[in-house]
Amino acid sequence: MPDLVQMTINGVAVRIPRGSTVAAAVLLAGSSALRRSVSGELRGPLCGMGVCFECRVAIDGRRHVRSCQLLCREGMEVTIGG
Amino acid sequence: MGERAEFDVLVVGGGPAGIAAACCAAEAKLRVAVVDDNPALGGQIWRGEPASPGTSQSATWYQRVARLPVHIIAGTRVFAPVGPRTLMAESEDGVCELAFRKLILATGARERFLPFPGWTLPNVIGAGGLQALARSGVNVRGKKVVVAGTGPLLLAAAAHLRQGGAEICLIAEQASWRRLLAFSVGLARHPSKLKDALALRRELAGVPYLAGCWPVAAQGKEKLDSVILRRGAKTWNVPCDYLACGFHLVPNTELAALLGCRVEQGRVRVDDFQQTTVADVYCAGEPTGIGGLELSLVEGQIAGHAVAGHLDAARGLFAKRKGLRRFAAGMDRGFALRHELRNLPQPDTLVCRCEDVPLGRVREHSSWRAAKLLTRCGMGPCQGRVCAPAVEFLLGWNVESVRPPVFPVRVESLIATAASQSPS
Amino acid sequence: MTPTYDVVIIGGGIVGAACARECAFAGLRVAVVEADFAGGGATASGMGHIVVMDDSKPQFALTRYSQQLWRELAYELPPDVEYMPCGTIWVAADEQEMQEVRRKHDFYGVRRVPTEILDPRSLYEAEPHLRPGLLGALLVPEDLVIYAPCAARFFLRQAQARCCDLHMGRVTGIRDHGVVLQDGSVLRAGTVVNAAGTWAKELTPGLEMRPRKGHLVITDRYPGFVRHQLVELGYLKSAHTLTAESFAFNVQPRLTGQLLIGSSRQFGVEEKSVDNHIIAGMLARACEYLPELSRMSAIRCWTGFRAATPDKLPVIGKCPGHEHLYLATGHEGLGITTSLGTARLLLDQMLNRAPAIPLEPYLPGRVMETAHA
Repeated sequence: MPDLVQMTINGVAVRIPRGSTVAAAVLLAGSSALRRSVSGELRGPLCGMGVCFECRVAIDGRRHVRSCQLLCREGMEVTIGG
Repeated sequence: MGERAEFDVLVVGGGPAGIAAACCAAEAKLRVAVVDDNPALGGQIWRGEPASPGTSQSATWYQRVARLPVHIIAGTRVFAPVGPRTLMAESEDGVCELAFRKLILATGARERFLPFPGWTLPNVIGAGGLQALARSGVNVRGKKVVVAGTGPLLLAAAAHLRQGGAEICLIAEQASWRRLLAFSVGLARHPSKLKDALALRRELAGVPYLAGCWPVAAQGKEKLDSVILRRGAKTWNVPCDYLACGFHLVPNTELAALLGCRVEQGRVRVDDFQQTTVADVYCAGEPTGIGGLELSLVEGQIAGHAVAGHLDAARGLFAKRKGLRRFAAGMDRGFALRHELRNLPQPDTLVCRCEDVPLGRVREHSSWRAAKLLTRCGMGPCQGRVCAPAVEFLLGWNVESVRPPVFPVRVESLIATAASQSPS
Repeated sequence: MTPTYDVVIIGGGIVGAACARECAFAGLRVAVVEADFAGGGATASGMGHIVVMDDSKPQFALTRYSQQLWRELAYELPPDVEYMPCGTIWVAADEQEMQEVRRKHDFYGVRRVPTEILDPRSLYEAEPHLRPGLLGALLVPEDLVIYAPCAARFFLRQAQARCCDLHMGRVTGIRDHGVVLQDGSVLRAGTVVNAAGTWAKELTPGLEMRPRKGHLVITDRYPGFVRHQLVELGYLKSAHTLTAESFAFNVQPRLTGQLLIGSSRQFGVEEKSVDNHIIAGMLARACEYLPELSRMSAIRCWTGFRAATPDKLPVIGKCPGHEHLYLATGHEGLGITTSLGTARLLLDQMLNRAPAIPLEPYLPGRVMETAHA
């Protein structure tokens, strides 16, 4: 039985394997895009290692947090598409 | 955390070079810490490798470092010096001051991304990038992946993704067969590398490996649908779920530059003992020149021995380093970027993804700084880490100048730098 | 040998570019010599604010005059100039500062600059993220924010569309017949204008000017967090002291939604590098007014140098002892604001036109070392 973390993405409850990053969680939940660029394009992760900033999401209300190096936490509220 | 900690040796970067350096220094009874911005050790190449018993190379090193009293400071990003021997670092919870007598920079490398039409679509990801995401929990089972770009990383990434259940459609390597052949001849001098290469070949049996082949466009509406590839006179369309595309690696030299270390042609200059031009600051691994895993491990060990004053132990690795550096030079030649890649982006292809600046606007200027100030290219949070290597290749500009913070940080973290107890 | 140009302007920053534009509009053949790229000096480092300041009557006259010239350009400026008519709110934290609010309100009222005194309720309605406990503020709705490097480029292009040449190069000497460049070439002109900002003194050694270092921080995008340029009334104490180092709360919204945070002033520091202590002090001050700033992402820090004269007014006019040399420099923190007014007043002098405001306070004679021949 995999160890799962409960969290929400844009208000929707999801269960994600413990040890996954938030970026992985969003992709697992079915969205390829994490944010919109400054001109409105949908963007997904690029570098996977915290240098490109394409994976920025809001975590518990705080904006512009890189999600590819952040492990999912129980009860985390993730907002994408900002 | 949130305080000041003092170490004999501080290692920045917890990849292979950093782990190797930490081991050698700690085995010499020095008080050692490794700080890394990922949740765990491993850097890129060993990301997510379980630290379970085993005989793989990574497991051996993990076990070795676990046996030692090395302080692992994970999820923490160094962003600025606050004195001659103190670095400030930020984590999700706060900041800490890391003081040291000797510093070893093992900051690794990042992928080089080159722009082409459609490269900003979701599911166009770096080759190492998709591998990193897969190691971080992304499920690639059953997904069709085109791997493209250049370098040995393409093979490693493809093999790993295939192990995760992905269907690798093909691997498109921009280098010509002639260059690859020349590089392979060099492999013969390095039996372990040859062994690795053959192992990769086996793991990728049945996957077409096309030389002289590169992506010309990624297509799709809200995400990637297919990739158009070119090889010689032929172009064709490959439907896929992911395009894992990267053009070799670029050393992460920003922290070294900020500390005043001499950086030449994008590499940190080091002496035989891996010491930089700044006293007591050492550098090991990819930032001294892209050279792969084995070289990173050797340079890390040399640096670790050197900071402990074990110069003979360090010298004992010089021959191995020399051979591996020769191999690295061969790799540079083999996978040099072909000029056709300069023609991939159109005037409206974005070069700067943070600020959405197209090539056409950047090209109007004659220097990086002018382009930055007048188009915003490079002004975004990535601080040019993605666009500068591309612009250097496309336009031949020299991109320099680094200022603190070397990564974006919270305002409160910058305020905390004044509370530092170390004299400035 | 006939001059190639009527006017050569040294420096393609906002002031030089504005002067080139004014010259070209007046039908003069003008050349601009720029050592790096247009708008690459102090123009690129600053906050791009266009504010009326009333530290002295001449300062008020020049800033107001120039601000109105900027407002006339509102529809002409291209989008990358990021023209933002956001206004300024001068925030009062104590009764002494509220008195200053009232004084300014009266001063501006008499001079027909629209302002509004905000009581706490109106202040927090205008700017909900300010910390509680402030006593009120002065709103100056006609103040603006622009992005200066693109404005400089725009002015130069307008000039080039008429009769202006842009020469890339460094001027090493000013002569009666023009300027000498580093490569040895000479640009012949009837008149030379030194608009070289912090380098002006190298070419005109008698000029009493000192560089005043400033630090800035810019955040990631937080659109709508701040709607007006926000400044503490203590800013005046900072900008106008002659002490070594001072900070003041000054946060500006950019069109991108980023927040530009200043301000700091240091004399006697020639090093370009970012000083952690200054950044920290400046940010701490900003967080005292906008507490939520502390958790925001700061992307970049940088420094710049303002050209400062002893009386905080720029020099605009003929250089004493020279028939053919004019100065347009020393603008300290008001270069962007007063660039257009400077250009007008400069041309008024060159062409003997009646100036819109008295130009005596800005004439160079007052800040030239008398020993200089």
